[in-house]
Amino acid sequence: MDTPKTAEFAHIGKSVIVKGELTGSEDLYVDGQVEGSIDLQGNNLTVGPNGQIRANVNAKGVIVQGKLEGNIHATERVDFRKSAIAVGDVITQRVAIEEGAYFKGKVDIGKPEATRPDFKVASGVAVGGGSPIAGVGSRTPVTDTKKV
Amino acid sequence: MASVAHSFMKIFRGSSAGPGQIPSPAQTTKRLSRRSSGLSELAKSFASEEPLCVLDLGSTSAANIRYLTERGHKLYSEDLLVASTDPALAIKDDAGNPVLDSKRFLTDNLAYGPGQFDVVLCWNLADYLDESLVKPVVGRLWSLLKPGGMLLAFFHTHEAGPDAPCYRYHIVGGDSLEMQHVDPRREMRKGPTGVAHTAIGTGVRLQRVFNNRHIENLFRDFSSIKFFLARDHIREVLVVR
Repeated sequence: MDTPKTAEFAHIGKSVIVKGELTGSEDLYVDGQVEGSIDLQGNNLTVGPNGQIRANVNAKGVIVQGKLEGNIHATERVDFRKSAIAVGDVITQRVAIEEGAYFKGKVDIGKPEATRPDFKVASGVAVGGGSPIAGVGSRTPVTDTKKV
Repeated sequence: MASVAHSFMKIFRGSSAGPGQIPSPAQTTKRLSRRSSGLSELAKSFASEEPLCVLDLGSTSAANIRYLTERGHKLYSEDLLVASTDPALAIKDDAGNPVLDSKRFLTDNLAYGPGQFDVVLCWNLADYLDESLVKPVVGRLWSLLKPGGMLLAFFHTHEAGPDAPCYRYHIVGGDSLEMQHVDPRREMRKGPTGVAHTAIGTGVRLQRVFNNRHIENLFRDFSSIKFFLARDHIREVLVVR
């Protein structure tokens, strides 16, 4: 899961501070401060290197390059990059942790029906395989969802 | 999560350092393979159908997370060595000697319910942890283990010498570990505040060498203790609550 291109996602810049509930129907890149909760069901969250999040996160995929304190529920994948500092519990299907990342918390790899858990180590070697969970995947954006 | 507000403020107070000021990790150091008799004993539990709750007290290890979660177990990860270098823990005892605040340490770390864990992987923590924290941490670990739960710890023998390198241990098989040297000249560890810990950066030194009697005393509240002596001057200890 790569960092999304600028034009394809909502962006919270590093000078921005948000307190409250964030929900959205598109990918979100956070390089500022967020306190509250983040719900991007079916979409991806990227915490940029300057990002500081104190919130529970619900998303399809999560990439952490900055700081995140809160529980992460990702239906597909969580990536901790080498500059990540993450404190909280993680529930997901796949986890990738780069050398140098700091993580404190629980990792719970769910086993959906008819799929195998997949795990990718820092070296880039994928372990096992898996197809997307039945019923979860790209979603038609809900146009009336509150956006950032 | 205990002291969430405190942890959160530490993150933001530490942000002035910025991730840019933290030296980027050097190239991954070569890993050495090692067979572990203690891990082999634990592997029998890891093979069980029933999901276990495992606490890993080393630094974040993708290999350990993979190994245990692939087998259906839940893994909790806490790097107590890094946590112990928090400057806010430094206090003075009644005699004016510098010590670490164990009460504060246990408020911020190992904050779980009693009897939560089936297995605790202590690795070489006791050999490198500050003196003032060792017994309180072991006491807390006893309470966190379920009755019958097991704790695996590694202790250096006298032959290892005071400059015995500090390793991270990664589980790669039922009885196989990979040891990754923690080289302070090439790897600065950072804690939850994002600040690189100079205590770790300048050297992770062996704090003490336990003899068998010391180890038995340290784990006296546990119901049983097994020793496995290895050729690399490491004494593996498996205790059962």
